[in-house]
Amino acid sequence: MGLAIVLGIVGLYGGLVLAPADYQQGDAYRIIFIHVPSAWMSMFIYAVMGVSAFVALVWRIKLAEVVAMESAPVGAAFTFITLVTGSLWGKPMWGTWWTWDARLTSELVLLFLYLGVLGLYHAFEDRRQGARAAGFLAIIGVINVPIVHFSVNWWNTLHQGSTVNIFGHSKMAWDMLWPLLTMTLATKFYYAASLFRRAQTDLLDLESGKDWVRKIAEREDER
Amino acid sequence: MNALQAFFAMGGYAFYVWPAYAVFFIVLIADTVAPRLRRRRILSELRARLARQSAREQHRPTPPTPST
Repeated sequence: MGLAIVLGIVGLYGGLVLAPADYQQGDAYRIIFIHVPSAWMSMFIYAVMGVSAFVALVWRIKLAEVVAMESAPVGAAFTFITLVTGSLWGKPMWGTWWTWDARLTSELVLLFLYLGVLGLYHAFEDRRQGARAAGFLAIIGVINVPIVHFSVNWWNTLHQGSTVNIFGHSKMAWDMLWPLLTMTLATKFYYAASLFRRAQTDLLDLESGKDWVRKIAEREDER
Repeated sequence: MNALQAFFAMGGYAFYVWPAYAVFFIVLIADTVAPRLRRRRILSELRARLARQSAREQHRPTPPTPST
């Protein structure tokens, strides 16, 4: 978490202060330093959730269930951020808060998938049964991740294509690119830290009968 | 207009840029705080349960010693 905060401060300083204004968009483009990393995380976390849900269903590994189910709220948070910041960018740049563009619609579907997974998980009295049902939904929903990613190529609607390319040359000035990549790393570390904390908490709940959990409960009472 | 004012004005886009950043931080802070609160609740419930359990054990009548 510390690393995420440091990278976040460096990235935001680079993005908000050092990077020059865009010649077409002025300063409004600075929203991308949070919008794009959040959008990448919304897909990345979904992929992690889908894979661990698959592992949990096939091998019945409790830890994989915990990782899948505790990833969902973090992923939903990033998806929500993506949609809201995108809307705040879209109003001055496109002239509308929302449009049923392919990218926007598929990202909204992604948010509903996260919420569906969370809702299904909490709908069951038995936690592990809930995790299995929700994991099943998570796996089916993985199909939406490539749809989000390729939507700008498949349907030529409003949302622009990508300017940052991992394998080829990125069509973005370095002054703007490095803060963006730093923010991307920051959000990755944030997710790792948040997931770790959430998984730990979930295990305390699941294993509350065990000795090691009692020891933690007694130790934290003294504070 | 000094540099700081210019920074906050965001070239006239302050109304869009700063709320975006506010949402980003509020959502992530909420996401950080929620599991901590849950952890605290789980542990305090567990302590209450353990306290009840040990109280029961103290008040339990001593089992009759088996006759020889």
